Amino acid sequence: MHETWTLTQRELRAYFDGPAAYVVLSVFLAITGWFFGNALFLQNVASLRSVFSIAPFVFLFFVPALTMASFAEERRSGTLELLLTLPVRDWQVIAGKLLSVTILLSLAIALTLIYTLTVSILGDLDLGATIGGYLGLFLLGLTYASIGLWASSLTRNQIVAFILGFAIVFVLFLLDKVTDFVPSWLGVILQYLGADYHFQNLLRGVIDTRDVLYYLSMTAFAFFLTTYTLARRPE
Amino acid sequence: MIEVRTLSKSYGAERAVDAISFEVAQGEIIGFLGPNGAGKTTTMKVITGYLPPTEGTALVNGLNVSEHPLEIREQIGYLPESTPLYSDMVTWDYLAFVAAMRGIPKERHNDRIVEMARACGLREVLAKRIDTLSKGYRQRVGLAQAMIHDPPILILDEPTSGLDPNQIVEIRELIRSIGHHKTVVLSTHILPEVQVSCDRVIIINQGRIVADGSPDELQSSLSGEERIEISVRASEEDVSRVLSDWDAAHMIDRTIDTSGELQFTLAAERDIRADLFRLAVAHGWTLTGLTRKQSSLEDVFRQLTTS
Repeated sequence: MHETWTLTQRELRAYFDGPAAYVVLSVFLAITGWFFGNALFLQNVASLRSVFSIAPFVFLFFVPALTMASFAEERRSGTLELLLTLPVRDWQVIAGKLLSVTILLSLAIALTLIYTLTVSILGDLDLGATIGGYLGLFLLGLTYASIGLWASSLTRNQIVAFILGFAIVFVLFLLDKVTDFVPSWLGVILQYLGADYHFQNLLRGVIDTRDVLYYLSMTAFAFFLTTYTLARRPE
Repeated sequence: MIEVRTLSKSYGAERAVDAISFEVAQGEIIGFLGPNGAGKTTTMKVITGYLPPTEGTALVNGLNVSEHPLEIREQIGYLPESTPLYSDMVTWDYLAFVAAMRGIPKERHNDRIVEMARACGLREVLAKRIDTLSKGYRQRVGLAQAMIHDPPILILDEPTSGLDPNQIVEIRELIRSIGHHKTVVLSTHILPEVQVSCDRVIIINQGRIVADGSPDELQSSLSGEERIEISVRASEEDVSRVLSDWDAAHMIDRTIDTSGELQFTLAAERDIRADLFRLAVAHGWTLTGLTRKQSSLEDVFRQLTTS
C-alpha cells in the first residue's frame, strides 16, 4: 500500500508541477460557475441543479484528458518498463494512478462547495439531493477515470488515448438516452448500463446501493481490463 | 547467481530468443554481445521479470522469475535500453521516488541519494530537472536509480550507447568499479567495450548463443590460419613472383604505401616469420616490418555473426 501512495504522490506532483491541474480546476470552476451564476443572477434561482446538470458533461472531456498521458506517455518514453520492474505489483501501479486522478477530481468537486454555501445562505438547500449529487459526481469521476486509464494503457499515443477514452465514456453516457429506439427488453439493459441514468437517480436524493454498486463495478471492470492489458507487456 | 535454462521468447510468430542457456556466477561481469535485434534486450527483459518467457526458465538466486517476481526485482538493479527517466522530475526527487518505491526507509533516503551522487558523479545535477541534463548525466542518473537499493545484481542494457568518447570511458570506469562487488550483466554492440569491462563474453546471434567465454579465450578460439604482415623495400615484380610461388604461405593482400614500401599480407598454417626473414635475405630484399597479426575479438564477432 505504501508503494501505491508513493506513486500517487508522484502523479499528483506531475499534475501540479505542470499546467494540467490548474487548467482543469480553473476551467471546471469557470464552466460550472457560469451556469450557476446565470441561474442565480438572471433567473433569480439559487439552486445547484444547473451545476449538477453541467458537471457530468464537463467530466466527459476532462477525465479522459487527465488520464490520457498516464500509461500512454510512460509507454512512449519507456518509463513503464522501469515502473513495472520495481518490486510492486501491476495493480498497485494502476491503483496509484487511479487514486491520483480521483484526488484531483475530488478537489475539483470540492471547489463547487462555494456554490453550495451560496445556496444555503440565499435559498433552500435540498440536503438529500445535494449529497446524492456530490456522491454521484464523485462516482462518475471515479468510473470515467478508471475507463480513461484503460484507454491510456492501450496505446502509446496520448491523443489516441484521449479520443478512445472520450468515445467510451460518451457511449456510456448516451446509453440510457437511446432506449426509445430499441426493443423494450434491450432498453432496460441499456438503461441500467447508462452512466447518466444512475447519476440522475442519485440526484433525486435517494441513495440506492444499486446505483453505487453500478459505478463501483464499472470502475472495477475497467481496472481489471487495465491489469489485463499491462500483463501482456505492450511494447 | 543467474541461471538461464533453454529460454525462448517469441513475439507472435517471430522467435526473438531461441532456447538459450547460460549461467552467471556471483561477482562476474558478463558482456552480452550481438548485432542489433539478436535477442540481447529480450533476454534481459526476461531476467528482470518484465517479460514472461515463452518457454524455459530464468532463475535468480535459485528463484524462478515467473514465480517470485517481487523477490527477484528486489535483487536486481535495471537500466533499460535508451535510459527512460521521468524527465519532468528533479534528479533528487526522482531518486527519492525510486528509493521509496523500492521500500527503502525514509530516514535512509538522504544517505542513499548522497552515496549514489558520489558514486555516479551526480552532485552538480541533483537539483536540476532531468530533461535539462546531457545524455551522459542522464545515463548516470539511470545507473544511480538502478543501484539505489544496493542490489547484488545489475542488468544494464547498452549503458554506453549514444555517449561521446569521454563519457563512454567514464561510464565504463564506473561499471568497472561497481563490478568489484556486484554481478553485472551488460549488453553492447561495441566490441572494445567488452574487452575493457567484462570478465566473460556471451555472443548472441539470431536468438542463439554462438560463443561464450573470456575475451582471451574467444580470441584464441578463432582457429585456422595465421596472418602475417611484411613490409619490404624491393622490386614489386620480384617480391610478388617469389611470394606467389612460395609453398609455405599464400598471399592475401598487397599494397604499396606512399613511400614506395611494399606491404604484403600472408596467410599460413604455422608461424612462418623465420622463414620469411631468410627468404628476404636470400633475395636481397630490405625487410622493414614483420608482424604476426592476432585475430581480434572483432574477427571472432564477425565470423560468428555473419553466415
